[in-house]
Formats: sequence, structure tokens, C-alpha cells
Amino acid sequence: MLKFNLNGKPISVDSPADTPLLWVIRDEIGLKGTKFGCGIAMCGACTVHLNGNPVRSCSMPLSAAEGADVRTIEGLDKHPLQQAWVDEQVPQCGYCQSGQIMQAATLLAENANPSDSEIETHMNGNLCRCMSYIRIKRAIKKAAASAPGTVAIYEPDSARSTGV
Amino acid sequence: MKPSKGVQQLPLSRRSFLVGSVGASLVMAFGNLACASRPNAADDLANKRFSPATWFEIDGEGNVSINVARAEMGQHVGTAWARIVADELGADWDKVSIIHVDTDPKWGYMVTGGSWSVNKSFFELSRAGAAGRTALQEAGAQLLGKPAGECQVENGRVSCGSKSIGFAEIVRRGNLDRVFSADELAALPAKPASQYKMMGREAQALDIPAKTDGTAVFGIDVELPGMVFARPVIPPTRYGSEILSIDETDAAKTPGYLGYERLNDPSNTLQGWLAVIADTYPAAIKSADALIVNYQAGPTAKVSEADIQREGERLVEDKNEGYLFVDHGDMEKATAEADTTLEATYRTASNLHFQLEPVNALAELSDGVWHIHTGSQWQSLTMPLLALALEVPETDIIIHQYYLGGGFGRRLAGDYIIPAALTSKALGRPVKMVFTREDDTRFDCIRSPSVQHFSAAIDGGKLLGIEHAATAGWPTKAMAPGFLFESLDKKGKIDPFSSSGADHWYSLKNHRVRMITNELAQSTFLPGWLRAVGAGWIGWGVEGFFDEVAVALNEDPLDLRIRLLDGADHQAGVSPVSVGGATRLAGVLKKLKKQGNWGQTLPEGEGLGVAACTGQERTMPTWVGCIAHVKVDQDSGKIRVKKLSVQVDCGTQVHPDGALAQVESSVLWGLSLALFEGTEIADGQVADRNLDTYSPLRMADVPELDIQFVQSNEMPVGLGEPGLIVVGPAIANAVYAATGVRLRDLPMKPEDVITQRGSRVS
Repeated sequence: MLKFNLNGKPISVDSPADTPLLWVIRDEIGLKGTKFGCGIAMCGACTVHLNGNPVRSCSMPLSAAEGADVRTIEGLDKHPLQQAWVDEQVPQCGYCQSGQIMQAATLLAENANPSDSEIETHMNGNLCRCMSYIRIKRAIKKAAASAPGTVAIYEPDSARSTGV
Repeated sequence: MKPSKGVQQLPLSRRSFLVGSVGASLVMAFGNLACASRPNAADDLANKRFSPATWFEIDGEGNVSINVARAEMGQHVGTAWARIVADELGADWDKVSIIHVDTDPKWGYMVTGGSWSVNKSFFELSRAGAAGRTALQEAGAQLLGKPAGECQVENGRVSCGSKSIGFAEIVRRGNLDRVFSADELAALPAKPASQYKMMGREAQALDIPAKTDGTAVFGIDVELPGMVFARPVIPPTRYGSEILSIDETDAAKTPGYLGYERLNDPSNTLQGWLAVIADTYPAAIKSADALIVNYQAGPTAKVSEADIQREGERLVEDKNEGYLFVDHGDMEKATAEADTTLEATYRTASNLHFQLEPVNALAELSDGVWHIHTGSQWQSLTMPLLALALEVPETDIIIHQYYLGGGFGRRLAGDYIIPAALTSKALGRPVKMVFTREDDTRFDCIRSPSVQHFSAAIDGGKLLGIEHAATAGWPTKAMAPGFLFESLDKKGKIDPFSSSGADHWYSLKNHRVRMITNELAQSTFLPGWLRAVGAGWIGWGVEGFFDEVAVALNEDPLDLRIRLLDGADHQAGVSPVSVGGATRLAGVLKKLKKQGNWGQTLPEGEGLGVAACTGQERTMPTWVGCIAHVKVDQDSGKIRVKKLSVQVDCGTQVHPDGALAQVESSVLWGLSLALFEGTEIADGQVADRNLDTYSPLRMADVPELDIQFVQSNEMPVGLGEPGLIVVGPAIANAVYAATGVRLRDLPMKPEDVITQRGSRVS
């Protein structure tokens, strides 16, 4: 039995320790917002937060999550980025967008006012096959401008239960 | 050009339209021809004697649900369809929702591709809305005690002077039973563009909120009780591989491994396939990796990209090969009269779809009916194939539709559903089969490599004509041969979607085009429809070569295009869809000339290039022009695109922000294909299988984009693909302007710039 916190709630699973965290989240726990894209940590569709850092869950073994705080798109809970994503009409097919938002959230947590090149550097590992990049960048800037308090959501103490 | 009267005139199919109360709702549907003369709409609707491609309901709360028989794969098609219906209906947009329907035959033919969805359904949707409005107006007027002619329908209410009644109350109180004959339907007053309340105006796409919080359900997200997971084991060749032996010793050591199934496929789509079954998907991945399978590989096991391209070059050079597609004027005579012949060969490499959601399907037999849960672009093509594979009638199969994690033409082919269904049949339980990324790319129906040859006859500095031959693997020949059409010389049948763009809108006195199937490509892999299909690779050659012709004629390449887009004779266009003809593209290029600051002075190593297209077919042209501004690194040959200026005339923009998103997406796809993608066939399969070696465009690669639309009330046409076509050739032409190097191979590579510059200097 392996334990970690998922979206603020304690979880224990009995999957093999080398199971990629992605499949535990999707198929054992049933949170389907985190996606499978390339399986080799190069597209970013499976991005989740591990203790506030972005990780590619398709290539991270369950054992590495032991005792950690894991957050998925379902646990983001009305992040300003999500509203900005709607305002800027970012998603097309939408498949990569959970990963894009999770990746972007870790940028804003550390840098409340990122420049274009900082956004590009931070987001370049997240592939959008529909090429919604212009809108992703615009939405990140909009969220940054509208939400000076973005950082607070990522303090582990303020992690909220989201009904996993 | 002179504007037409708009989009009001087009014959509708001879079907009636029914509006009637069913239970607590008001249902609106196109009627069967068989029941067109029946007087009772409510009875027909209640007994489902209708076969609508479109229908919608209004419930007792006034909520309008619009059924959408098209795939949602990022184009916000449901929103566009709903805006057309709701605008004509006079609905309150906040009460409109959409439902993506299954394959019940009542929905009619189901395909989402070709950039067709808005154009092909525009009249049916708007007339359905107008009929609904008329029925509600009549019923509302009756309840208000006023003449219908004095009532207005707007924002979900019927109003007459100071009195008004909402759709909800009309549905609750009214007993509607109205049949519109086909003639009545055709005579219904459609709104003039000036009265549109939704079309042409901004709205948020209905599918977007669920795509920002993880709740959107894609095919890969579906589960059923009792299901097991499966992963395919893909043989070394697409066709003709046989399994000689299987060793599961190591696979069986994986916890969760349940075994494997050899798949016997009566549809012959799968040859030499296995499925590995496990109780979790990661266990299926791991055990399939550990399974040792020996094959007798099929006959194409050693075929390379170079082999296919060599065969392509042979085919375009041999004038006896292929079928005549365009034959205008007398090309033989023009060639004989010419004092100069300009020749060039253009090639494109194999290209992957790489839609981000790997193909997958969940299959279950329940009460004698096969339920398939997946995302599909062409259910009506897949159903007969599945019926063949499962050996059941089509009536025993239902495909349930979900969001598509990218389509781009990959999910037009339904081949990926078959192994899930056959594994489920073998096991007698629900099976969820997911392809890993590498499985997905190995089984991709790639964009075929292509070769084109052009020869321009020039005499006394004047262009007499162009001879053109194009060859590639043809997806429609492989998967939907019913769409092929007879060639002009009656020698054979041509794939329309692999030929589009060769029958372009430039007026040439003499013009001849031969289309040829590359049978080596055809037998090595399954050629697929990839975004823009043939117009994508043909435009690469046509627009590059026009630039070469302009140089030979010593004429500005943009002005040459405008001069040849005169709209004369067969280039005049046909109302309503291609009304205006070539002059609309000339209009686009004139605007583009200013927009892209054509002729500006640039530093050394920079250049501007132009290209135009009318993707997709001549029967549904979207008029697009692009100016690319590039900078070429003198030492490395690396091409950097600084800016893309794009001008689009797509007629009416039903959902403007959705239209813009489609052009942004297709233009950046064009850039990705031009500089970042391309793979090759090696040993009978694609060489690049994942992002470690395949590198589509990323955020940092996006140049400045300036996309503008011509404001127009003409018939809406397609937007999913055309933007892709112009970008590659505009970049190549800009590279020529910057360096004098003419690139004819897609993708364009820095080493090609260096090599050709070297040979040009020496």
C-alpha cells in the first residue's frame, strides 16, 4: 500500500510501485482530466503537480509520489487561468489543455508577471497539436494581470479538498 | 466584383419539415420522403417516422437542444451549427445546448472532414431554424390572440406590441402540429444578413468550459463495468505479415497479464495482428513489450522513402502513366510553339498525423448489439467495415461519439476500432484497447510522400501554358473508392481529394494535368487524409512553380497571380458557393499586398514570398493568400519565419472567433509541415514514432501572425484546412527572394539551402 495526498485528500493505492502515476490517477482513482499523449514525457498532456512542481505523470513511477502532495486539473479549483482559458477561447480539441493549464499554473506560482520569453521557455515542453499557442500565451498573460494572488493557491497549507 | 444577393437561393432536398408536440417537448425534424404527405406531424414525430440530418427540441423550460451529427475535434462545429439554427429560430442563446449523437441511421450520413460541416449543412440548418420560428410564431400569436403577421420572434419570445410569450410557455400550452412541405420550406423567408443576431457575431464556444477543468470526455476516458485493457501488437508491415511464433514466457511474468489473442479479421484490415490483454493498461504496455513474436514480414518490409520517391519520379516523367484530370486548350501545340521550356520537380515527404490522443476504442456486445465507444470522423464509412470484421449486420452496431483528441483526418479511417472489437468478440467481454504513441504512429495512415512535375511553355516572354503531373498514394482509392471519378481520357478513376488544387483558378490558355497513383506507396502503407489532403501537397508545387514562372517572365509574382485571376470563362465561379470565381482570390491578393507591405525594403538575408490557394475543392473554394517574411541564416541555412500575413475570404463567418481559431490553427500547421515535421518510410514503416525524433511546432516557434478576413455575406465555405496550404510555398518563395535558392522539397531543411546555394555559386 502506497500513500500520497491527491488534491488535498489522503489516498492509498496498491498498484505496483513502478506503475506510472498517470495510470494510477486515471484508472485506479478515476480522475480522467490528466491525459496520455506520448508516454515519454515530451508532450506534457499528463502534467500534474508534485509538491507544487510540474511533473510528467506518464513517466513518473508511483513510488516517487509516496508521501507527496499531488494535484491534478480536477484539484485546481477555479484557478484564474481556467477563466482566462475560457475568456481567450483557448482550447480547440482540448486534449492537451489540462496539461497546459497545470504547467502554466506553476509558472504563475513563481512568477506573477512573466515575460513573453519566460512563458515560451516554461511552456515549450507542452505540445498543442491544434496549435493554440497564441491563445495559451495570451491567456497566461491575462491571468497574470488579473490575479496577483495566484501564488497563494499553491501553498500546501491552503490546499483544499476537492472531493476526489 | 459585383456582390450577389446573398445566400438565399439554393435548392433544398425534397424533404418536408415537421414541427410537433411530443410528450412535454416540441420536436422539429426533417421528414422522410415516405411520410412527406402525411398530415400529422406530431404522430410522425412520436413514432419516429423521420430521418433527419438535423433536428432539435424545445422543452417546457424553453431549453433548446440541438443535435449535432458531426465530430467535435476542436473546430467548435456544434457551436457553429447551433448559431445557424438559433439565429433563424429566434432563440435565446443562453438556453441553447448541443448533443453529439450516435450512429442511429436517422441522423443521416455521418462524416466530419473536407472542411465541409458549415458549408454543406448551412441551408438545411437555417431552413430548419426558420421553420421552427414560423411554427412558434403562429402558435404564439394564437395564444396571444393576435395575427401571426404582426408578431416578432426574438430572444426566445414571440412578441406583438406590448404582449409577449416565451418559447417555454408556447411549448407547455400549445399543441403544435405543423408540416412544412418541401416547397413551403424552400419559400420560407430566410433572414437577410443585416438581421443576423448571432451569425457573424462573437460567442463563446459551447465545448470550451469542459476543456478547461478536466471534465470533457474523450474516447480514451470511457469505461464500462467488467472491461479489460488491451494493447495491440503491430506487425512489421501494413499488409501481408504472418505470425510464425509467439513466446509469452517473459510477458506472463508481468503482474496483471491476462494473455493474448491472435486477431482473425474477416475485413482483412488487420493482417498478422495480436492483442495483449491485461487488467490494467500499464500492465498491457509492459507485457506487450515483453512478448516475443516472430513474423514472416509482408512484401514491403524493405521499402524505403527513397524507393517510393524514385517510383514517383518515374511516374511523373512517363507520359503514358496516370489519368487526365485537366485538359484546357492545346498543350501539345503550346509546347511545340514555345521558345523556352521551364521545368521543375516538387516533392513532399511522408507526414504523421500525430493527433495527441492516441487512437483507441472500447467495444462491448450487449443484448446482441455491439456498442463502440470512441471518437470517429467518419462513422458512415466505419460501420460497414466493422460489420464485415464482426460478421454482423450494420444494424447490430452503434458507435457512441465522444470528443476527439484531435482529428486532422486520422479519425476518418475507422481501422483502429477493429482490433478492439475483435478482441472483445474473442474474449466475450468489454475490451478497451488503447494504442501507445508508438503503436499509433506505426499504424498511422500517413500523408503520402508525393512527387509533382511541372513544365511551362514560354514564348517571347509570354506564358503559353503549363503541363503538370502529380503522384502520391491515394487515401480515397484505398478506403472510399465510391468517391473516385472518371478521368477526362476515360483511362481510369481519380481520387478527388488527392487532386484538389491542380484544377486551380488561374486562367491559362493551355493547361494539362495528369494524376497518378503511386502503387508502391499504396501497397506499403495505408495513405491517409491528412489536414488539407491533396490540396496540401499539390499547393506546395503549384504555388512554388508559379513563382518560378514569374521569375522567368520577369514579372512580380504577386502581380502575375492577380493578372491570371481574371475570372474569365470557366474561372467565373458558380452562385452561390463559388460566386465571383477567381476575382475573389484576386481581391484577396490585392488586400494582402497592402497588408503584408509587399515590396518593402529588407535587410540582407531576409525576403518576402507570396502564395495563394482555394482549398479545398473547386466546388467549395475558400480564397486565401499569404505573405511570408523570412530570415535565412547565412551560415547555417536555418530559415526563421518572422511574420505570416494571411488574408481570407470565406464568405459569411458564422462564428467569427471560431473562424479565426481555425485559420490560426491551419496556418501554424502549414508552418509545422513546412519546417518542423516530415518523416520517412524506412523498412516498410515510418521511421519517426514519437517526440524524441518527431518535432511538431512548439510555442517558441510561433512567428508574428496577422490574419484578416474579407467581410462578406456570401455563402459560408470551409475553414479547417485551407490556411495550411499557402504557408509552405509562401515560405519557399520568401527563401528564394532572400537567398536566390529555390527549395522544392518539403519539409524545407537548412542543409538544402546550403547545398543549393553552394551549387548555385559554383
